[in-house]
Amino acid sequence: MTQVLTFVRSRQGKTVIGFFAAVVVIAMFYAAQPQVTQAVLSSTIRHSTPLILGALCGLLCERSGIINIGIEGQMLMGAFMGYMVNVWTGNLILAVLASMITGALLGLLLAYMSISLKLNQVIGGTVLNILAVGLTGYFYMVGLTTAGKLTTFPLGPLAKIPLVGPVLFNNGLITYLAFVLVFVLQIVIYHTRWGLRTRAVGEHPHAADTLGINVIANRYINTMIGGSIAGLAGGFLTLESVGSFERMMTNGRGFIALAVMIFGNWKPFGAWGAALLFGFAIAMQTQLNFMGINIPHQFVGMLPYLLTIVVVAGIVGRARPPAAEGVPFEKE
Amino acid sequence: METETTSQNRGFLRVLWQTIGVPIGAIVLALLFGVIILLISGANPLNAYAALFQGAFGNSTAFVRTLEKATPLIFSGLALTIGFKAGMFNIGAQGQLIMGAMAAAFIGFAVEGLPWYIHAPLALIGGALTGALFGMIPGVLKAFTGAHEVITTIMLNYIAINITDWLVGGPLQDRTTEILLPRTPRIFETAMLTQRRLVDQGIIYIILAAIVVFIVVYSIKKWMDWKEAGNDVRSFFTAYRSQFLLMLLPIFLLGLYILDFLHIGFLIAVIAAFILWWMLERTTIGFEIRVVGTNIHAARYAGIRVALIMILTMFLAGLMAGLGGAVETTGVDMRYEPGFNIGLGFDGITVSLLGKMHPLGTIPAAILVGAMKAGANTMQFQAGIPAEIIDVIQSLMLFFVAAEMIVRYVLRMRKDGTEISLTSGWTK
Repeated sequence: MTQVLTFVRSRQGKTVIGFFAAVVVIAMFYAAQPQVTQAVLSSTIRHSTPLILGALCGLLCERSGIINIGIEGQMLMGAFMGYMVNVWTGNLILAVLASMITGALLGLLLAYMSISLKLNQVIGGTVLNILAVGLTGYFYMVGLTTAGKLTTFPLGPLAKIPLVGPVLFNNGLITYLAFVLVFVLQIVIYHTRWGLRTRAVGEHPHAADTLGINVIANRYINTMIGGSIAGLAGGFLTLESVGSFERMMTNGRGFIALAVMIFGNWKPFGAWGAALLFGFAIAMQTQLNFMGINIPHQFVGMLPYLLTIVVVAGIVGRARPPAAEGVPFEKE
Repeated sequence: METETTSQNRGFLRVLWQTIGVPIGAIVLALLFGVIILLISGANPLNAYAALFQGAFGNSTAFVRTLEKATPLIFSGLALTIGFKAGMFNIGAQGQLIMGAMAAAFIGFAVEGLPWYIHAPLALIGGALTGALFGMIPGVLKAFTGAHEVITTIMLNYIAINITDWLVGGPLQDRTTEILLPRTPRIFETAMLTQRRLVDQGIIYIILAAIVVFIVVYSIKKWMDWKEAGNDVRSFFTAYRSQFLLMLLPIFLLGLYILDFLHIGFLIAVIAAFILWWMLERTTIGFEIRVVGTNIHAARYAGIRVALIMILTMFLAGLMAGLGGAVETTGVDMRYEPGFNIGLGFDGITVSLLGKMHPLGTIPAAILVGAMKAGANTMQFQAGIPAEIIDVIQSLMLFFVAAEMIVRYVLRMRKDGTEISLTSGWTK
């Protein structure tokens, strides 16, 4: 009995209980209104995908000690390059790769600024954001024809499960990739040598350096991999969600992703839960309009942003970011 | 004596170079990279820059437009600068600016029957205070919960866009025209900052006379002190050179204004920059703000109420941005319309860093960025190059000015040793 109680009080216990509570609530809604529930949940997944990818990017960078404010810019450039390669080659897989490479290159630039030039990392990220807005705005042309977008494909028998199937197992390529990445990063960060080293570099780079870990290389690589994931998030927007590019189409998602990362306590699974919550808030926006509830759409549109502020204000005091974050590494 | 003066001159030049070397180097490097981008997109860089320059400084109309474009940038640059001084990165200048612009427009068209000398200042003050209150929110959040201002201010930017969109599409929409557009009605004549009126009233000449009298009295007093101390006559001018140059600035500006080269908003912006400079450098509050920005732990240890200073800083930053929006509405746009003020707040980042985070430095930096904005349209018409190239060059400028090391390496310059923390990590 006491064991049960301790489990319930523990962090894991709360997560498990929260998960089951959510499942029960969803099941009840599904019983009452299957169509609406399914629509809302599908929309939640769709809206949470760029957020979780952005959050994973931030998480990788910050775990190694680099603050990445430039996720927004990496997403935007990734979205743009994915779109352009789609236009040029008509090959969607190449387009996805292009958006990832673009993100990685911007990650390299951020790493160069914050590691080699020892620039203030927040300013460095802002440079990325403004650069992305400028470059995409300058090179963007209206009315290019694309080779369509990534279509959804059901994952065999899994997609036949009621509710869960259509929501989780009938998606596009990048959404599946996002699911996989959450698990991969959880394992990489907590159960591999690379992850252990990354965490050490983010917490105490000098100790890590003493043990022979190459701090600089670790930070460069993590920031670049993170950048490629953010680029993938951009690719999701142009190649899977919308199918075309618009100026400044990321609309603050890169920053919301940072809030998602903080809310998720710098952990992949935590970030996933947070991303789903944010995705749900965005999904409700469209659903409320469909249901004919008469609130000006701008107020509903504010929801994710307000939620971000609440999360950042309510959580940051208690959350514990990697200790060496934002501090340039200088070998002693 | 001769050698002493030259060495002093050389010292002056060196200080000048140390101060403006990096921004100028950054501008040149950004323009060079701009050449590469123009070449990639198949445009002729020479034509592009020639058109850009002509559109910004080619004739008096162009120059007036440059100063007009620079006006809101001075304000948003100040909004960033004061934040940087306290170690806070206020990306929310954009939101604060549009809230100020909206409030000024509301006061401009909703209040009727006031004389202009009450109505126009009322609109400005209303806009400034709205911006200040909106800017205070991230200050309060940071002071009491530790929420990082970068995220909260960006989120508040989006919230500000949603609020103003709702207002211009609903309660405050202009319903006087046939086709309903999402914008407010035009503000009344009395709220507009049209400049000739001030000249006609003769007030401007009174101000000019007052400044001249002040300068004369001030110089005579300094001169008496100088002679009393028994110093050399010639070195008097060397010692007070910078002060004299500074004092000539308002006369020069008023002259431009009288000759119709300037809209009053620019004057207000310059005055605001001077007031902020004086506040930061010469008052206790300014000192406390700078201490919080330099070392927050030392500030706490010294008994400075850090929370209060953070809130005050963001209040002042919002005040500047809001005033910028209000000046833009009452001086240029004459109504609030979404899309009129796009990017003005974000340009403040470039302006502030180009101005080396000095309140007075924002003025030349804003004129430079304003010149690019003014020239961008000419460039688009004459050379057929999308105006967005300006954003690219601007972000490159930001990059190079932030990456001082690169510029210093290119210019073979040494470090001048002044560094402040621009902003903090996630936690305090």
